[in-house]
Amino acid sequence: MPSFVITDKCDGCKGRDKTACAYICPHDLMKLDVGRMKAFNQEPEQCWECYNCVKICPQQAIEVRGYADFMPMGAKVLPLRGSDSIMWTVKFRNGTLKRFKFPIRTTPEGSIEPYKGLPEPKLADINKPGFFTHVGSGKQLPVPRK
Amino acid sequence: MTEFKHHPKPEIVEVDTDILLIGGGMSACGAAYEAVRWGNQAKMRITMVDKAATDRSGAVAQGLSAINTYLGEHSPEDYVKYVRNDLMGIIREDLVYDLGRHVDDSVHLFEDWGLPVWKTDAEGKGHDGSYKGVPLREGGKPVRSGKWQIMINGESYKVLVAEAAKKALEENRKITGEAQNLFERVFLVKLLMDPKEENRVTGAVGFSVRENKVYIFRANAVLSATGGCVNIFKTRSVGEGQGRAWFPVWNAGSNYAMMAQAGAELTMMENRFVPARFKDGYGPVGAWFLLFKAQALNALGEDYCVTRLDEARKLYGKWADKLGTCVRNHMMMLDMKDGKGPIFMNTHTAMARLAQTMNPKEIKHLEAEAWEDFLDMTISQAGVWAANDIEPDKKPSEIMPSEPYLLGSHAGCAGVWVSGPADFAPKEWCWGYDRMTTVSGLFTAGDGVGASGHKFSSGSHAEGRIAGKAMVRWVLDHKDYKPSHDQSADELAYEIFKPMETYAEHCKYTTAPDVNPEYVKPNMFQLRLQKIMDEYVGGITPWYMTSKTMLDEGLRQLVLLKEDSKKLAAADLHELLRAWENYHRLWAAEAHARHILFREETRYPGYYYRGDYPKLDDDSWRCFVNSKVDVKTGEWKVFKREYKQLVQDVDSHHGHTGR
Repeated sequence: MPSFVITDKCDGCKGRDKTACAYICPHDLMKLDVGRMKAFNQEPEQCWECYNCVKICPQQAIEVRGYADFMPMGAKVLPLRGSDSIMWTVKFRNGTLKRFKFPIRTTPEGSIEPYKGLPEPKLADINKPGFFTHVGSGKQLPVPRK
Repeated sequence: MTEFKHHPKPEIVEVDTDILLIGGGMSACGAAYEAVRWGNQAKMRITMVDKAATDRSGAVAQGLSAINTYLGEHSPEDYVKYVRNDLMGIIREDLVYDLGRHVDDSVHLFEDWGLPVWKTDAEGKGHDGSYKGVPLREGGKPVRSGKWQIMINGESYKVLVAEAAKKALEENRKITGEAQNLFERVFLVKLLMDPKEENRVTGAVGFSVRENKVYIFRANAVLSATGGCVNIFKTRSVGEGQGRAWFPVWNAGSNYAMMAQAGAELTMMENRFVPARFKDGYGPVGAWFLLFKAQALNALGEDYCVTRLDEARKLYGKWADKLGTCVRNHMMMLDMKDGKGPIFMNTHTAMARLAQTMNPKEIKHLEAEAWEDFLDMTISQAGVWAANDIEPDKKPSEIMPSEPYLLGSHAGCAGVWVSGPADFAPKEWCWGYDRMTTVSGLFTAGDGVGASGHKFSSGSHAEGRIAGKAMVRWVLDHKDYKPSHDQSADELAYEIFKPMETYAEHCKYTTAPDVNPEYVKPNMFQLRLQKIMDEYVGGITPWYMTSKTMLDEGLRQLVLLKEDSKKLAAADLHELLRAWENYHRLWAAEAHARHILFREETRYPGYYYRGDYPKLDDDSWRCFVNSKVDVKTGEWKVFKREYKQLVQDVDSHHGHTGR
């Protein structure tokens, strides 16, 4: 299901510090054609269809077209990702529409304080078994019963 | 040769650090998180290098609908028994137990950070992550989709784990004053070894996927946590669909390749995973089996796990009765080969049964759960259903065994031989630092650690943390170490960028640059590898069958391919990425073939078969198969290591594997 970029909607993320889809693609597929200021999928046969480019595009210019080597045509699956939930629209080949909404996180974006409220271990205790959370709170880990 | 004559010489960036983390997935993020907490107290420099963007890198980049390892009320002993049964009796029980006693702590952190976890309320009713229940760490009850699995709304699972790791790295920068300690879009492709001290890692080298730059990192301790190996076998979909691998297509076997080249001992590289998943989209079946209690039956409505069991017992003895994942695959394939397919997951009958006791609102919710299982982690499967007008409550869906994958975190156990926990591991399995390989200072985690499967996402994070802490110990114990390497920066730059130099030198000779007698492009190199592996090393075409004679021929062809890897050519940085990825795939594939050749039995029916040794043979082969490359000669040595049982043998229920 390779991603594709709709020509009229893509603005190449001009005015932003980076091209969003090219930044996020885990497989280095999305590329900016600097001449046209349009992004494109440079290697569709390597697309995992993870939808990260679709989710991140500020112009909603990216969609996914079913893998042509096995997918009947005409269906569409589209997300709209917000800060705490994601909405999905699934359109069937026969026109049936389904919509779903799922939570994605319970905390505000960027709010994680990684060690807040967790015990701080002593470096001298690093030989004791367990994570800093165990060692710092004096928790003993079990060993296999004989 | 170090002089660039055709490709502009890349800029050389050299970075000195104490702890180098290669990768950015669950394991590397876990390692960063734990290492910073300890290492900051000694002002250690901790640096993470990811070939992609950490928010969406690694196997969890797309999200997940379940966490497959959460012990909760169960004991680590029971976890060991479950993993041992599924992996046909050969695992490192010290590593598996150790993982089991650590893993829940990571899951509790995920929930703290904002991961929506499904909860069971006081009346025993399940709710999705929008329900404000008691947190797991305060005794909240998850919704179990199996004995070891819990349900989540995991679209942003990796985003959360990455955010915590990046914040941890920021804390480290504040202490050390370093300007940068997270490098995204830098692909490290080769470990550097100390010229003065034998068998001692000293850093890694690679390149920017965005700029004409070589990166040389020198470090005291190095973690390679770069995932498993995908697309070394011919894929079932060979056009655009070859990207729709079950495991993430960017897992290029880099762990196994770099470890082998560094002379680290590998273990169980003969093991592979062949997931039976919804056909073509490879959508997860775990929730269908475990949560919705659906049955997979052949087209005649027969349960192959019943009708084929006696036949399986004849070759595989007691292991058939344990109904591990590979044995169930095996029995399904027997039906398929007899023409009794397609094999269907009977989603419609399962949903009808569940709906009997539900009101319309609950039924609607059930339907959403079924779709979310795909939309959270394998969106294309939702596309397959929509394109074929399949509604799971109305029609069954076909399942199919995939092409083989190498991995150490999911339901497989290929990987590297590492040191176990000092407080209880047998002494021959413990050389002082948890998850350190047989190379001094070199660690791994997640898919990299062999003989210890069924860690999944949470276990990989936990194992990264175990390694991260051990690396801090290593650096404390080796304070005076000064990393150095034999090859000069210029020599390394030339070696790394050779495929671009080759392309620039020859591309004008022909009118079509993809067809040129002087070089091979990465995509064709990959297809050639996949064809060899498929036809000789037990891919889909021969129904996963191989033998000594087949493997000998396959290895002959792999050696030629290795020679031709010197002629890989890359027109741009994207192709340079693919060239190195496919070079890593080749090494992982060779290790896989050599291990299968050595193990003279059929240990994993349904994953692969030795036609010349069709039986499972516990008397001779209930042992680890390990290997090591002689770094001077390049020769492979493959040998046995003794299996030891640490947890007593009482049969427990088999668990189903997720994803």
